[in-house]
Amino acid sequence: MTETSASWTTSTSSTPAVPSATSAPTTGRTPATGFTPPTRFAVPGRIAVDNHTAATWQRATLTEIRRETPRAATFRFAVPDWAGHLPGQHLMLRLRAADGYVAQRHYSIASPPDDAGHIELTLDQVDGGEVSGWFHTVARPGDEVEVRGPLSGFFAWPGDRPALLIGAGSGVVPLMSMVRHHRARGLSVPLRLLVSARSPEELIYASEYGAETTPVFTRSAPEDVPVGRVSAAHVARLLADRPDGGWEAYVCGSNGFAEHASRLLVDAGQPVDRIRIERFG
Amino acid sequence: MNVTRGFAGRPRVQNDRLPPGQYDAGDDWPVLSAEVTPELAPAEWTFAIDGLVAEPRTWTWDEAHALPSSAYEGDIHCVTSWSKFGVRFGGVSLDAFLDLVRPAPEATHAVAYSHTGYTTNLPLADLTGGRAWIVWEYGDGPLPAEHGGPARLLVPHLYFWKSAKWIAGLRILDHDEPGFWEQNGYHHRGNPWEEQRYSGD
Ligand SMILES: Cc1cc2nc3c(=O)[nH]c(=O)nc-3n(C[C@H](O)[C@H](O)[C@H](O)COP(=O)(O)OP(=O)(O)OC[C@H]3O[C@@H](n4cnc5c(N)ncnc54)[C@H](O)[C@@H]3O)c2cc1C
Repeated sequence: MTETSASWTTSTSSTPAVPSATSAPTTGRTPATGFTPPTRFAVPGRIAVDNHTAATWQRATLTEIRRETPRAATFRFAVPDWAGHLPGQHLMLRLRAADGYVAQRHYSIASPPDDAGHIELTLDQVDGGEVSGWFHTVARPGDEVEVRGPLSGFFAWPGDRPALLIGAGSGVVPLMSMVRHHRARGLSVPLRLLVSARSPEELIYASEYGAETTPVFTRSAPEDVPVGRVSAAHVARLLADRPDGGWEAYVCGSNGFAEHASRLLVDAGQPVDRIRIERFG
Repeated sequence: MNVTRGFAGRPRVQNDRLPPGQYDAGDDWPVLSAEVTPELAPAEWTFAIDGLVAEPRTWTWDEAHALPSSAYEGDIHCVTSWSKFGVRFGGVSLDAFLDLVRPAPEATHAVAYSHTGYTTNLPLADLTGGRAWIVWEYGDGPLPAEHGGPARLLVPHLYFWKSAKWIAGLRILDHDEPGFWEQNGYHHRGNPWEEQRYSGD
């Protein structure tokens, strides 16, 4: 049914240390044909994706539901033929009604790659949401849905370079896969997470964070913690702590948050071609 | 696939303008670019066509605006499943640019590239015959930066990742060369009516 061989190939020429107007976006496995755009910015390449895996729908059986916050829960699935993923990647998920009607959405993968045959997703409950609504009000262990993926080799972190992660709300989901991978493998490469939530109660994965994480609260915060958005000061503090070769920055959240955080990074001197953005729309 | 227990979904809408698997995003216009939105002023923007053409050429903002204006009014479809109905984009038909550079008889494809380094590949046939534009207006105003302003490519009959934001140029080729998302597992053509989302669809 499904080809299970993962075929991750790290693109060798995808790591310009400085913004380079001539670095080819050689994301694919055929760098020989890579067309080089003669332009000022450069979107960096990353990981070639297995096209067959991306095209095949697989059955995923819900095995566990864990509440994270009043508005978010984690859904754990058994996907026996899951080909593996890299931290940061997402998948497409679909639900089917009795009349054949199908609803499909993208979800980031929260679990680290080493969780053999299982994946976890963390879903916000969106008001009036067709798919997240089903998960939060109907789903129970034993239910089956379908997934295809992993998708996008761009917002992916193989654990190779120092990673600076900035997320808000459920935008922390793909970043958590990176944090978990970093821990599970005992990686020594530097990793920092700046995570924004409305309040401590709404901070997803709150009990799992360690010294690598700085939480930022926008509406209410514990005593002694200021209330406010992710700011230039937060970003400056992280960038000041520059590892050899600099940071690879990953920004994830709503478009508004992604614009805000990526602009702060650029203003603080982070090269544009070392900022990867995943916008949830 | 099996029916999902207890899933009814939204009330069904009969809408012949909605390609398979898409939903009507209404007033929303999600932004999904993977890179930092560039701060590109119209005065800095240029658009070039080169490769297999008789006369490669680069247009400045003013030179591009001097070509006959043309607008698209209709629908757009994003691979992430939203469609947006009845939008208006204003600019210049890509035919007007291509007529001036004259693609060679053996030309079959193009790579469109952005001022960010983003790339996407298209058959030449999808870029000609009044089906593609370089646009700088959305509705009655300038195209916002996060949606590709000052100017983007518009190929509305294909999924919207083909409509490269912050368009910088076209390289005309005699073969197909996958672009940014196409190398990341997305379909080479991306026809929403055939639901060509991922490679292999
Ligand atoms: C790459 C990527 C990764 C993502 N990862 C995550 C993740 O890890 N976790 C997460 O929670 N989300 C994630 N998302 C967002 C996710 O894909 C969905 O958009 C989200 O779950 C909402 O889907 P839904 O079906 O619940 O809501 P939808 O039904 O899509 O509704 C969204 C909003 O639009 C309104 N709406 C839309 N269509 C209609 C209609 N026809 N009639 C009435 N109202 C309508 C709804 O009322 C609601 O307010 C990700 C998105 C992307 C692109």
